[in-house]
Parts: sequence; C-alpha cells; structure tokens
Amino acid sequence: MNLSDSKAKLTFAGIVCGLVAACLAYFGNPANMAFCIACFVRDTAGALGMHSAAAVQYARPEIIGLICGSFLIAVVTKEYRSTAGSSPMIRFILGIVIMVGSLVFLGCPLRMVIRMSAGDLNAWVALVGFILGVCTGVLALKNGFSLGRSHEANAGSGAVLPALMAGILILAVATPLLKFSESGPGSMHAPLMISLIGGLIFGAFAQKSRMCFAGSIRDIVLMKNFDLICVIGGVFVVMLVYNVAMGKFVLGFNTPGVIAHSEFLWNILGMYAVGFAAVLAGGCPLRQLILAGQGSSDAAVTVLGLFVGAALCHNFGLAASGTALNAETQEIVAGAVPAAGKIACVICILVCFVIGFTNKRKQ
Amino acid sequence: MKIVDARGLSCPEPLMLTAEALKSGEGPVKVLVSEPHQRTNVEKYAKDHGKKAVTRETGSEFEIVIQ
Repeated sequence: MNLSDSKAKLTFAGIVCGLVAACLAYFGNPANMAFCIACFVRDTAGALGMHSAAAVQYARPEIIGLICGSFLIAVVTKEYRSTAGSSPMIRFILGIVIMVGSLVFLGCPLRMVIRMSAGDLNAWVALVGFILGVCTGVLALKNGFSLGRSHEANAGSGAVLPALMAGILILAVATPLLKFSESGPGSMHAPLMISLIGGLIFGAFAQKSRMCFAGSIRDIVLMKNFDLICVIGGVFVVMLVYNVAMGKFVLGFNTPGVIAHSEFLWNILGMYAVGFAAVLAGGCPLRQLILAGQGSSDAAVTVLGLFVGAALCHNFGLAASGTALNAETQEIVAGAVPAAGKIACVICILVCFVIGFTNKRKQ
Repeated sequence: MKIVDARGLSCPEPLMLTAEALKSGEGPVKVLVSEPHQRTNVEKYAKDHGKKAVTRETGSEFEIVIQ
C-alpha cells in the first residue's frame, strides 16, 4: 500500500486524517485544537508530571495512537527500519525549538491549518511566518546543510518509543499515577477509545502518505513539487466543512475560546521558528512522531526534545495565553506572549541559524 | 555511471543530490537509499522528469538506476 505516489491518493489520505480530526473535535477535544501535536505532547508531558500547569495535563491517546499506528503499519508493510546516529543531540535541541515556537504561537503546523479552517485570522498571519521559516531552512539546505547519516541500529532501538507510549497508555488506564486536568483544555477530550483509534488511523495514514506540513511547503519552494500539499489541502477542506456545518466557523481575530492570541509579530516569529527548525530536522512535529514510530531513533530523540520543550515552556512561563472571556464582567481579555517567551523565541531562532549554517554535508 | 550515495540522509537530501547528479551529466545515475519513502521519492522524481527508474532491493536498502 502506497499513498504517496499520486496526488489523488495523497488527497484521499488528507481527507481521512481530516475526518479523524473532525470526529475528535465533535466528540470532545478542545475547540480548534482537534488534533494538535504540540498541544497534545504538552498535555502528555503534564500528565507525566514534567510540568505543573494544572490546566494542561492529560495523557493524550492521540499521541500514543499516532506513534503506535505508524509503528504497526510500518511493521506490517515491511517499512520498519531501526536507524540512529544522525546528530541526535542537535535533533533534541530542534525538538525543543519546535515546541517553544509552537507554544508561543499556540499550536503546531497541524493546528495552524485547523485554526485556519475555522476562520482564525491569527493562524493565517502565522502561516506567513511558517512559510518564511521553511524558506530559511531551504536556504540552509541549498547552502549544504546536513545532520549527517543515520545508520542501521539494533532492531529493538526503534521500538523503544512505541513501547514507552504503550506504557503510558497502561499507566493512564490501570493506575492513578498520571495527572488529569480538572478544568481547562486538558480536561476537554474525546472518550479514550475514540481518541486512541483516531490516533492509530491518523498515524497509519500519515505514515503511508508521508504527510508533513513543513515538507509540503519545502517541496514547493525547493522543487516546485505540489504533491505533499494535497494532503494538507484534504485536512483543510474537511475541517472547513466541519466548522461551517457545526457553526464553529468564526472569521476574525481575538476570538475568545479558541485558545489563540493576536500578537501578530509573535504569531509570525513563533511559527517562523517552527518552520525553520522543522526543515532542519527533516519534518514537522507530526512527521517526527511518525518517523519515530517507523523506527528512527533520531526522530525519537526529536520527540523527546518536544516533551522537554513543553516542560520548559510551562515551568519557565514561556507559553502564550489565549484570548478569553471574563465570565463575571463579560469583557474580552486578550491573550499574550510573556516576556520570557519572547526572549526564548528569539534565542530559538538564533539557535536555528547557528545549526542551519554550521552543519555541512560531508563530501 | 555516476553514483549518489544518499543512504541514511534525511529528506530532502536524497532528492537534492539526485537532482544535482542528473543535471550535471548525460549518463545514467545510480542512487543508493535506505528508506522506502526515499525510494518512492526518487522513483517519482525520475518519472516526473521523463526518466526511467529501475530499482533493486539490496538487503534493507535500495539501488535505483535512473536513465
């Protein structure tokens, strides 16, 4: 089964993944979050006690399903390859950068597209930053950027992250050890089995279609190739139809309840950092989870960077707050990026430049 | 025959190296990759550029001859 060799198949994969996201939103996931990799990794990090932001702690079965879905489909279709050794610690840093940028904007590239489909103009503003970040990454690639070769590793190495994810699921279901938010975004979720099955389906289709939000724009800029953007188009159209049909399409900035803010510069810079780092790491956060599932220990290290980045964001107050409605006064309280988050975002961009223009391919 | 060893490299490096090799000469190019998705990408790139690609599996890796 190959879903990546034609635009029609890629669009079909995007529609399936869009339907999964729409179902999860319908069954209880937070508004306009539906299936956000950064948010859900952050929630899972919270559930494990890596940070103590009480509103965002829940072991999201979607993340577990994504990685395990990718692992299972890769094993079944003989695409599982246990590899490692391509600058893992640089990838770890890139994982942290991706998470910091995502939580300054409030969403990964997948959520950016989902927010765009709900009429959130802040996400359209952030798209500008994301494209610019990808373009800067492409510039680094054209300048000879490389993190070096990965090599075949012991078969078990690539299965460690999927096994750890399965362990988190067992802890969540069978023990009281993990933390669960009682209010806030972490408390809003679809039933466990629906989330898990949704994650497994999404993971399998994303693995077979090579779905990648950074890769889709990178391929257009670098090779005038419009294949991967078809998957993203499929997700966007399905979520647009869902949002319009459910009356959730609200065109504008500063919409309370969508967990977003209107600080344009930081929406742009946050996603600039994500786009830049994702090209250097060889894929967006979703793609990192999928690659980790199909056996790449290097991508698994990037995923660990995402987890640590989430902990840093909430332990050090780097994450932005969303625009909300004050229940007592009925006034809109604008969301904002804290000063520490702005400094961290600038540092992350500088780090990307250092990584992007000092790591060269060996001839 | 020009050989492009793209084994173990991250996307999109295998495609960039393949494109470079195809631009720089007239003869056939042999591309070595280690991941199935890179095999698909290289084969598709060749097809999109009017070339013929023949792939041989060598263990867990792939050898694609483009001409």
